[in-house]
Amino acid sequence: MAIVETASPAAAPAAVAPRSGANSTWKRFKPTVLALIVPLLLLAFWQVATTQQWTRLIPTPYQVAEYMVDFAAGGIYDDAYSATLTTHLLASMSRVYGGFALAALFALPIGVLIGRVPTARMLLDPFLQVMRPIPVTAWLPLSMILFGLGAKSAFALVCLGAFYPILLNTIFGVRSVDPKLFEAASMLGCRGNAQFYKVVLPAAAPSIFTGLRLGLGLAWFVIVVGEMTGVPQGLGAVIMDGRTLSRTELVICGMIVIGLAGYISDRVVVTIGNYLLRWSPNHHG
Amino acid sequence: MADTATPIIEIKGVSKVFQLQDQTINALSDAHLSINKGEFICLIGASGCGKSTLLRIMAGFDQPSSGEALMWGKPIAGPDPSRGMVFQDYALFPWLSVRDNIGFGPASRGLGGAEVKQIVDKFIDLVGLAKFANAYPHQLSGGMKQRVAIARVLANDAELVLMDEPFGALDAMTRERLQDELLEIWERTKLTVVFVTHAVEEAILLANRVVVMTPGPGRIESDNALDLPRPRDVASPEFNAIRRVLSTKLHSHHGKKAA
Repeated sequence: MAIVETASPAAAPAAVAPRSGANSTWKRFKPTVLALIVPLLLLAFWQVATTQQWTRLIPTPYQVAEYMVDFAAGGIYDDAYSATLTTHLLASMSRVYGGFALAALFALPIGVLIGRVPTARMLLDPFLQVMRPIPVTAWLPLSMILFGLGAKSAFALVCLGAFYPILLNTIFGVRSVDPKLFEAASMLGCRGNAQFYKVVLPAAAPSIFTGLRLGLGLAWFVIVVGEMTGVPQGLGAVIMDGRTLSRTELVICGMIVIGLAGYISDRVVVTIGNYLLRWSPNHHG
Repeated sequence: MADTATPIIEIKGVSKVFQLQDQTINALSDAHLSINKGEFICLIGASGCGKSTLLRIMAGFDQPSSGEALMWGKPIAGPDPSRGMVFQDYALFPWLSVRDNIGFGPASRGLGGAEVKQIVDKFIDLVGLAKFANAYPHQLSGGMKQRVAIARVLANDAELVLMDEPFGALDAMTRERLQDELLEIWERTKLTVVFVTHAVEEAILLANRVVVMTPGPGRIESDNALDLPRPRDVASPEFNAIRRVLSTKLHSHHGKKAA
């Protein structure tokens, strides 16, 4: 009895034709093209709606663009807001990043405590769960009483906005460490407190990073509310002024700058995160 | 070579009872086992026979409900680097490279960077992963991950290697390769290995002694010394004769309880 080895059929003809140049160019630009479709449609609708005078209260895209140039560089209208974009942007950024950093400073250790120490969880978790649904806008009056009119209040509100996502993701991260990893660490001679630094923190890093990313996003999200507290500078302040002065183009300019600044800020964070978490199969987005 | 005077591991009348809500589960009942240095033991049995429980007690992850588990005559109080565990699902640290996973134990013992590097280099070569030294676990195949897990335990000077169905999740070809590699490492290093499996063939291929366990309650059915010469041929009549005997023993509990 023998096994007869039959010759394998001749190799199938090369099935894959070389990719055409046009095809690969399309592949490269496809994401950008797709991403631009909705904004461009919206812009077209805006253009039509304003030139057809469906509303008289909203300026045309061209007027807003012109005003954006004046807001950034001046030289067109030369009013109180000309060439002040950088000042306002920097003012808002200092509150966003400052409030975010303060939130992280509180949320990370509290999150670790709640996640790892049952007593801390029983002590703090119910309280924080009740506080969490209260929106930042609701805190505005109290914040102004506690911290006064101005920058401190803005800072506190931004901090509050960023606090919960960082806290919740930190708790989740430190609680959901694979128990096998503790066993692996202890059979390799890493016990007790050393496990916190060598197992818990690295294992929780992806969740903590997600929390920080969401927290920073929310810090940008609440900046307008934060700057309703009577601060003279900041993108939120510009939008509130635009509303009182009925200068809709100013409001729209402020909105666009916040959107772009928040987006760029997020891309930077994601890029850093992807590098630091390159070990994690779930962090390549 | 083996010091037959004091066994490396002694299991004396060990039972393990788990409480699951209202149910009491006898995972392991009155187990006796003595393992000498340099032996390759396979624990084999159907699920629920207590083989993993016994292994975890030897590792120090679980304590017996009654009876004694001793290493070199001293009670096993908890996990220790002298007893390394290789898990079925690898349990590598995903945030560490292959190199740092293998160096985790030596670094935890407080060795300096140069010493750790020397040890890591040696064991990375032993398992043939030098080219992947800086890869992260998620970039490796299952077989490579398990090689890292084995190297990680060996790099920590483990005297006893406990393996919980380590090749169960691998494809057949990779499994055969790793079985050969494991035997080679075992012969070269004179380690003591306790290997849990549910595959009779794997047990006969690897072990000096096959401990057959049966469920309900989990207990040791028999302890079978194998004197087949190595390398073993799975197709030989001797191999098949042993397989038949062990299979019968494995299914002996079916008479008592319908399966």
